[in-house]
Amino acid sequence: MAEANGTQITFLEAIKQAMFEEMERDPAVVLLGEDVGVYGGAFKTSEGLLERFGWERVIDTPISESAIIGAACGMSYAGLRPIAELQFIDFIVCAFNQITNFVAKGHYLWNAPAPMVMRGPAGGFVHGGPFHSANPEMYFVHTPGLKVIYPSTPYDAKGLLKAAVRDNNPVLFFEHKYLYRRIKGEVPAEDYTVPIGKAIVRREGKHLTIVSYAAMMHTSLEAAEALAKEGIEAEVIDLRTLLPLDEETILQSVKKTNKCLVVHEDTKTGGIAGEIAAILCEKAFGDLDGPLMRVTALDTPVPYSPPLEEYFLPNAKKVFDAAKQLARY
Amino acid sequence: MKTELTRQQYLDLYYYMRLNRAVEDTMVKLFRQNKIVGGLYSSLGQEAISVGTAYALEKKDWLAPMIRNIGALLVKGVPPRDVFMQHMAKYDSPTKGKDGTSHFGDLEKLHIVSPISMLGDLIPVMTGVAMAGRYLGQKIVTMTWIGDGGSSTGVFHEGLNFAATQKAPFVLILENNLWAYSTPVKRQVPLENLSDRAKAYGISSYSIDGNDVVEVFTTAREAVARARAGEGPILIEAKSFRRLGHAQHDPAEYVPKDMRAYWEARDPITLYEKFLMSKKLLDAKGEKDVEQKIEALLATERDFAENSPMPPPEFAATGVYCTGDDCHKIAPRWERPISEVTPPKSSVKPVWTVEGFGSGKSSGGAHAPIHFGDTKPNLEAETPGTAATKSNGSKPAAKSTGKKAAKPAAVSPARKGRV
Ligand SMILES: Cc1ncc(C[n+]2csc(CCOP(=O)(O)OP(=O)(O)O)c2C)c(N)n1
Ligand SMILES: [Mg+2]
Repeated sequence: MAEANGTQITFLEAIKQAMFEEMERDPAVVLLGEDVGVYGGAFKTSEGLLERFGWERVIDTPISESAIIGAACGMSYAGLRPIAELQFIDFIVCAFNQITNFVAKGHYLWNAPAPMVMRGPAGGFVHGGPFHSANPEMYFVHTPGLKVIYPSTPYDAKGLLKAAVRDNNPVLFFEHKYLYRRIKGEVPAEDYTVPIGKAIVRREGKHLTIVSYAAMMHTSLEAAEALAKEGIEAEVIDLRTLLPLDEETILQSVKKTNKCLVVHEDTKTGGIAGEIAAILCEKAFGDLDGPLMRVTALDTPVPYSPPLEEYFLPNAKKVFDAAKQLARY
Repeated sequence: MKTELTRQQYLDLYYYMRLNRAVEDTMVKLFRQNKIVGGLYSSLGQEAISVGTAYALEKKDWLAPMIRNIGALLVKGVPPRDVFMQHMAKYDSPTKGKDGTSHFGDLEKLHIVSPISMLGDLIPVMTGVAMAGRYLGQKIVTMTWIGDGGSSTGVFHEGLNFAATQKAPFVLILENNLWAYSTPVKRQVPLENLSDRAKAYGISSYSIDGNDVVEVFTTAREAVARARAGEGPILIEAKSFRRLGHAQHDPAEYVPKDMRAYWEARDPITLYEKFLMSKKLLDAKGEKDVEQKIEALLATERDFAENSPMPPPEFAATGVYCTGDDCHKIAPRWERPISEVTPPKSSVKPVWTVEGFGSGKSSGGAHAPIHFGDTKPNLEAETPGTAATKSNGSKPAAKSTGKKAAKPAAVSPARKGRV
């Protein structure tokens, strides 16, 4: 996986800065979750927030994911903008009912906006095993009423988290824990946001399009560099937001390259690649010169032992091989 | 408990119970005429609970009804037509046909949170509203209801426990109507009094006769006042009986005949009428007046509901997301100086002091058996049979070690300032 070598701040620092600045800007913003206060969060993303904002705004909760999400929802009904932290995103499914039935449906059913953010560390590559490595984003991408963000750079992490806090809808914000301390990037000194629902072209190319997000975006870039040495220029799209999906950016790119490879760390069946394949079939069938291909994790739980996890996860070599195959069409 | 009410309060309670029943009677008629789209649930025989509890709230307070709390909605100010139209899936209904029954709310004016079908989910949500209200300085109390059956969900526990740790100004009404669909309460919860569940959270509770509207109201009033004063969440178990089946489709043949007969003889409205007559607050003429007033009102409301159109089909595709400030302007109502919650005033030293640990009113308080960092029993100050121990209902946690008069040593910060 590529390690970005900027000099500015880590991904983790970006998250922390976004929360700090939003809480500073708006007293309606509060943070709640397990160990977010005194301890500063299991990954230290909320370090220092309690000191500055106090007990009323930085709330250590019992180990009760449904209560955390439920209470955050109630707070949002009263006009606050809570950020609910899931200690590991794997535990978000303990609150699945609250999120998919309560939080997501309120605006549609009874005109009740729920401006709240649900965030936490996701993803593999750290040997966290089957319960601390999940990428459960697609459960929620399948839920109308939610927005789902999964950024890949410190700049986007900070700008999108700020946008999520200011959004009037419930937003799920996935943070890839492998990136927390490994990725650095520059962020502006002044306040900024990154628009939700907009993908970005990270690398331009004309031979094929690689669509990806989160940690896999870096893997895709690494593969693209290797492909370039063989004369294959891959365009790399970073989705950044999965719901709503920026179809336009994908369609534009595929119009140019006529080939599409989707790379995601999530398991294969029901992953976003399937959705993108359907969109291309519906809207760009005539543009395609080859099959949509996908490089994803295996359809298994995330295994613990390093050789198993490595086999399970996508990597630059797998992306490279798939891209080469696709380029031949 | 102060039980004297004003004349107006007595008569309001009567009016709303009668209105509650009449609205539901009207819906049974609509159901039989096939004008109700989905199922129809009934609160027959439980009107005193919905009405008596909701009547204890102030205008600024928030509530979230369950499906048998139409009465609470009426007390809060929802017009009967909204209830009719919800059930009839009409376009003028609060959800414009997107949901039915009591599943609607109003964040802005009436402060009602819509329920969802999943039992128990409102408990953490109303805890959150209560916490937000306190944070904003609004001095509000929030209230919701749960059934005997719903009290076994995980989210009931998570929510009430969280509310207790936060001392959230929240009142939970547990309607024990002896049945959860076809399952009797004894097969759901091995407790005589479901209010005993409160002990697990160290919060106060009551078990009351849910068919006595005066007892319901005065208890709820006291609970609301205590929650507002900062005592934390309070659980009220109101004992009653579900007189009809789970919904219209269910003849409830599983209910023993003598059980039904017992409760039918204790109809809350009939009981209350007798009480009001004995107190000379109501006579035959007064009763007739109420009846006519409700009849006239419901005729208009029903007309309006029946004449409301069904929603246009393409309306189904709209409204999943809030599109921004033009859709909803979200602005919390601050009723305290914002400076109190913004730096530098909000700054704290991030250390745990664990003050007040185990001091919940009904938990045995200072005599709670376990304090971390305190392995010795250290309960010299305990006198078995004190109020705290009694209300806990459990045995004294540990025997006195003998040094009777000695004050317990302040071994953990938890004990400071309490013993
Ligand atoms: C979490 C959940 N599981 C199952 C159901 C289906 N269900 C609806 S009402 C009900 C019985 C509820 O009994 P109780 O809580 O005692 O309320 P009552 O109907 O007596 O008012 C059941 C099982 C549900 N709504 N929610
Ligand atoms: Mg019941």
